Amino acid sequence: MEQFKKINSIITPLDNVNVDTDQIVPKQFLKLVQKSGFGKYLFYNWRYDENEKPRKNFVLNDQKFLNSKILITGENFGCGSSREHAVWALQDYGFAVIIAPSFADIFYSNCFKNGILPIKLDVTNVQKLRNESDEIEVDLENQKIKTKTEEISFDIDSYRKKILLEGLDDIAQTFQFEKEISQFEKNSKIPSVL
Amino acid sequence: MNIVEKILARASGKDRVYPDDVIFAKVDKAMVHDVSGPGVIKVFDKLKKQGIAVDNLWDPSKVWVAEDHFVPSAEKISAENIVKLQNFTKNYGIEKHFKYGMGQYGICHTISHEEAMVLPGEVYVGGDSHTNTTGALGAFACGLGHTDMAYVLLNGKIWFKVPETLYFKLNGKLPDHVMAKDLILKIIGEIGTDGGNYQTMQFGGSGIEAMSVESRLTLCNMTTEAGAKNGIVEPDQKVADYLTKRGAENITLVNGDADAEYSKLYEYESSEMEPIVAKPFSPENISVVREAPNVELDKSYIGSCTGAKYEDLEAAAKILKGRTVKIRTEILPAAISIYKRAMENGLLKIFLDAGVTVGPPTCGACCGAHMGVLAKDEICISTTNRNFPGRMGHVESQTYLSSPLVAAASAVTGKITDPRDLN
Repeated sequence: MEQFKKINSIITPLDNVNVDTDQIVPKQFLKLVQKSGFGKYLFYNWRYDENEKPRKNFVLNDQKFLNSKILITGENFGCGSSREHAVWALQDYGFAVIIAPSFADIFYSNCFKNGILPIKLDVTNVQKLRNESDEIEVDLENQKIKTKTEEISFDIDSYRKKILLEGLDDIAQTFQFEKEISQFEKNSKIPSVL
Repeated sequence: MNIVEKILARASGKDRVYPDDVIFAKVDKAMVHDVSGPGVIKVFDKLKKQGIAVDNLWDPSKVWVAEDHFVPSAEKISAENIVKLQNFTKNYGIEKHFKYGMGQYGICHTISHEEAMVLPGEVYVGGDSHTNTTGALGAFACGLGHTDMAYVLLNGKIWFKVPETLYFKLNGKLPDHVMAKDLILKIIGEIGTDGGNYQTMQFGGSGIEAMSVESRLTLCNMTTEAGAKNGIVEPDQKVADYLTKRGAENITLVNGDADAEYSKLYEYESSEMEPIVAKPFSPENISVVREAPNVELDKSYIGSCTGAKYEDLEAAAKILKGRTVKIRTEILPAAISIYKRAMENGLLKIFLDAGVTVGPPTCGACCGAHMGVLAKDEICISTTNRNFPGRMGHVESQTYLSSPLVAAASAVTGKITDPRDLN
């Protein structure tokens, strides 16, 4: 994975709560497993009408947000299925940061496997940022979001932060320590599990 | 410790664990299906390019595979995914692959209990969010994304943060017209679709003890809709008998300690329970059936891991016997073993006499993929688990979630109907 750099971008506001994975990537695209290209299916039913024409009132179709890398949204983002396609689509579309008051568990975890930074912020700060029309900076290293007028700190697990900053892959990361792991296994007092 | 803490302590080789501890747990069983399997293959391909060996799985005998989402294949991509999956299991020596058209197969979560794939006290992970279902057997069962599943298949381990446990206590046996589905919808209506986020939802009390294993499966299945990490019921003799009947051996019943701690207790009285529906477009948007909107239904669907176990079909048959459906009605037993029992015990005849179409096991229509999806503006009552916009077909279709009793009663009248109100 690529190393996670500072992100400077305007924010795309998606004013929905409980955005579920069916909305992020509808089921008809789940059978596709090609490496990339899921971005065009992101929020498919919200973005396009029955004739596959862009819906004018949907935020992603607003030219203003075309190159935005930051999505801000409501509570419990990513609920529903475990489909990793949801994260693939967000990533492929160009989002690197998702800010919400809360995330669904499996989705949150899937983000880190694919180089997306999910940021949990309290509702007041989410509201404040949602109304920010200028570019903001997301600085993962220092765990800060900077607007023209203020700085907002955010929490993140230190291991996951490292994974993103160094562009490591959970699995690749573990395999770097293959020898140590098998040594540990040999000496471990952990009983073998039936 | 409560049961989840005990299971996770054992799996991580610790004497005890506490909520919020991060542990590295050995996995006992792992499952992928025809969506997460190809997803895992994709991750494997990526790892291979990075020079990581992916030639061997940690233990192919502990991995099993289901074909459920896109069978029977409606078009060529689905068909190719099945071929891909079959090559995968062949190459890695996975023997437990339940194939469409070759004897027992069905929805992965249904296979987990019908084939006794998971035992009490085990740590079981699957590449599907409704893996929570199997917690009803007294296992720690949860869903993972494709990358995490790939990791488990290679290493047999995964990290967890020990979840806090919400305890849902049901006092007294549920009345005949109320099913486990009604209870779980009521709970989700109360705590919301994020009410259980990264927590365990445990069910207990005299009402749960009186419940069949299959009813408990319904409860744990929909803990996913509350965002829970897992759902669980302490295993009892009923679970042991259920699994033994299906060929399991060496069953150990794990239970929580008497001084086990729970982060919150919710209490329900069975005598106060009523049939419930979840209205579009969220499982938390509940209403008592008798106060549900008076809409004209287009379809009744009795299927899925949530609502097409043998007991669910029996409930539907009780209503449909000697009656005729007024709207398009489909019943899809969730596994071939259930289909067969329904045939042997005369349920299929009851369904067909009532005018119902009986189909093969598949996730198809539940996730709106194929095999009976909804048209624009159509309204469906369904025994499935999600009713997000477009979940079962067109984005402007609507789904009401209900128990099999309510779905069958509504099939007869064409309106959302409490089974007590049928003539």
